[in-house]
Amino acid sequence: MASKLLLSRLRTLAKPTHHRFINPTPIFTLKYQTLVHSRPYSDAPQPPPIDSKPPSINGDNPLKNKKISSSLNQTELAKFSAIAETWWDAEGPFKPLHVMNPTRLAFIRSTLCRHFGKDPNCAKPFEGLKFVDVGCGGGILSEPLARMGATVTGIDAVEKNIKIAQLHADLDPGTSSIEYLCTTAEKLVEDQRKFDAVLALEVIEHVADHAEFCKSLSALTVSNGATVISTINRSMRAYATAIVVAEYILNWLPRGTHQWSSFLTPEELVLILQRASISVQEMAGFVYNPLIGKWSLFDDIGVNFIVYGTKDSE
Amino acid sequence: MYLSRARKVTWRWEGRVVLGRITPKVYAWRFDWRTFCSDTSGKLLGSNSNQATTELLDKQDSTNDVPQYDVAIVGGGMVGMALACSLASMPLTKHLNVAIIDSNPALMSRDCIKKEDPPDPRVSTVTPATISFFGGMGAWQYVQLHRHAFFDRMQVWDYTGLGYTRYSARDVDKEVLGCVVENKVLQRSLLSCMEDSDSQKRIYPSRLSSMTLNLSSSLSGSDNISSQPRTSLAKLNLSSGNSLYAKLVVGADGSKSHVRELAGIRTTGWKYPQNAIICTVEHTEDNWCAWQRFLRSGPIALLPMGGKYSNIVWTMDPKEAADRKLMNEADFLKAVNEALDNGHGPRPQSDVTSGGGLFSWLKADKASSANEPFEVPPKITKLASDRMVFPLSLMHANTYVSKRVVLIGDAAHTVHPLAGQGVNMGFGDACSLSRVIAEGVSVGSDIGEVSLLKRYESERKAANIAMMAVLDGFQKAYSIDFGPLNLLRAAAFHGVNYISPLKRNIISYASGEQRVPLFS
Repeated sequence: MASKLLLSRLRTLAKPTHHRFINPTPIFTLKYQTLVHSRPYSDAPQPPPIDSKPPSINGDNPLKNKKISSSLNQTELAKFSAIAETWWDAEGPFKPLHVMNPTRLAFIRSTLCRHFGKDPNCAKPFEGLKFVDVGCGGGILSEPLARMGATVTGIDAVEKNIKIAQLHADLDPGTSSIEYLCTTAEKLVEDQRKFDAVLALEVIEHVADHAEFCKSLSALTVSNGATVISTINRSMRAYATAIVVAEYILNWLPRGTHQWSSFLTPEELVLILQRASISVQEMAGFVYNPLIGKWSLFDDIGVNFIVYGTKDSE
Repeated sequence: MYLSRARKVTWRWEGRVVLGRITPKVYAWRFDWRTFCSDTSGKLLGSNSNQATTELLDKQDSTNDVPQYDVAIVGGGMVGMALACSLASMPLTKHLNVAIIDSNPALMSRDCIKKEDPPDPRVSTVTPATISFFGGMGAWQYVQLHRHAFFDRMQVWDYTGLGYTRYSARDVDKEVLGCVVENKVLQRSLLSCMEDSDSQKRIYPSRLSSMTLNLSSSLSGSDNISSQPRTSLAKLNLSSGNSLYAKLVVGADGSKSHVRELAGIRTTGWKYPQNAIICTVEHTEDNWCAWQRFLRSGPIALLPMGGKYSNIVWTMDPKEAADRKLMNEADFLKAVNEALDNGHGPRPQSDVTSGGGLFSWLKADKASSANEPFEVPPKITKLASDRMVFPLSLMHANTYVSKRVVLIGDAAHTVHPLAGQGVNMGFGDACSLSRVIAEGVSVGSDIGEVSLLKRYESERKAANIAMMAVLDGFQKAYSIDFGPLNLLRAAAFHGVNYISPLKRNIISYASGEQRVPLFS
């Protein structure tokens, strides 16, 4: 069974389309890496971009800080700066994130409670643990994590986001302790910061150099710590739903939010993480049910997926 | 507790200590009951000796130390208290800091309920779903210490004499159909249950005078320097002069909800041209069956209260109700006995023996209780309480939730008291809301967030509207005395009596077990 799975995974590597991928074991990922070592990225055909123009930026240029030396993609930063003020508008551009939030937090809660041996029936299971939310945006993820007891550091390269996040967190005494920094993962590594858990949700697809980014995440994680990453699969179905439907038909997301070519397939992500000394332990997919307007966790990782891995002990 | 700016004190502390040292006018439980108990000397002593300290501390309080709570429940009635208990009983929500705001001194009264006294006429018919909700949070054991009357049979018939239905718990393989409990017993049991928990709760014996909600989601205006601390929490100002902040304000303050009004939530509804008389009565034999007869003017129900006591809920037009309240006991008892049996129309025929007849084709699939003959309800011999009159209305809030505000119980929906479903709907709300809050806590949500609260609304609105439509339909169906309609009603009775799946569904719906998946 395992070998059969492995074979089918290998076949799908070259053509990242609809497929299922359930809880890869560390053994599997290890073999996998050695077999496909020379090709970390797929060169599958890409659908033509619908709109190649970068989105316009309102007002002054938010990218004053040109010195950001990191894996970041500058155009991506400009996109988010333009809509930063709407982070906490549950009906605004970030609505999909708000709707998806409880689902991804449920995954984080269950995996990290298990990882750190915490009681999932406790209201604040993450008390005493240091988490970093990389690409925190307006703090949509940082705030719930803080309410769950974690000592949270939220970082984002867009200064506007950090301001919004700070202002919003101060509104609630339960979240005002969050440390927000306008910086990058690479800078934090330079500062030699370490965290029990590193989370980068819906961020890696906006990053220029995936491998560098994952190495930074790994460097921020303590030995035997946890890493959680979520992103969008580079599948035709993801192209159809995340870009065509979400950006062009439903207008859920501003056009140009996502660049299909920068999406990663689960296999690629597992591989990149493996090279950064993070072993993927669990993977799940998010599926949106338009009838009830809710996201749920499934083993279908065809579109949106979330990965939990552990940092190998050095 | 991260929210509480007042120093950590649980409500178990002696009242005076809390009053003097911590937050003025925030009374602990023990103080409350001592103050409001029927013993007047104790009351005077209790309040006077603390007067000076209270005023003194009031001035300090006015500076800036406004306490913050996770949940502020406005209205400490049965539904509000049930929510507080439910929150205190669940591992994910027991840490929440809860304030209960209610100016009714009787609420916390601790004078004991004597079993020998005749039962209070204010009773509730609790459904099996409610019983399991109470059981789950540890409150039912306290109900069992007091008077309560389970019933396993129910007979429903009407004045035309054309049909009757007998329901039995056996039809649904249940022990009981419901239990009749005095409201004060339910209230007390919830209070006792809450004392068992070690969660943090405070009672403000005061009224809500105003509520400030920071509704703007915009963060840009935050540069304005104002004396008020910047917060998105709801601020409640009480008639006592106290203020408090809450992440979530729960309106459990009844059909004339002030919270609903302050939140600007509109309602839809109408008044019935009917009032209800309630009272406790005595009869010679024991009664373990619930009886309901539909009369032209409205239904009369006789609910067992244990032994020789029963409770009457009689609906009629307001003028008639006023007359019947004032008439002497003998005349009233005569009127009740006529309403229950020999007046207003003939008794239905028990057609257990007749093979043919109008509705014989329905008998193919018999419920076991279908064979039971019509029974005559017990004859009332004595009035055991005052008669009370209540107006009836139907009201439904257009929405149950808005930012940081949620409505439960009668504040969200008021129904015809027929079938005693009103308070059960409220308990269903409390159960659902506490679970939704627990879900929110588990994923670190802000519990005042509309998107979270909407889950409660979507769960309860459908269930409540369905129940309201059923009850309103019954009321309407019986407010018309018209030949063909009477026959139709009779057919419905026969149908219900003989078609067992339908009967089972009706019983489980009335027990609160259908379409309320969280109970199953």
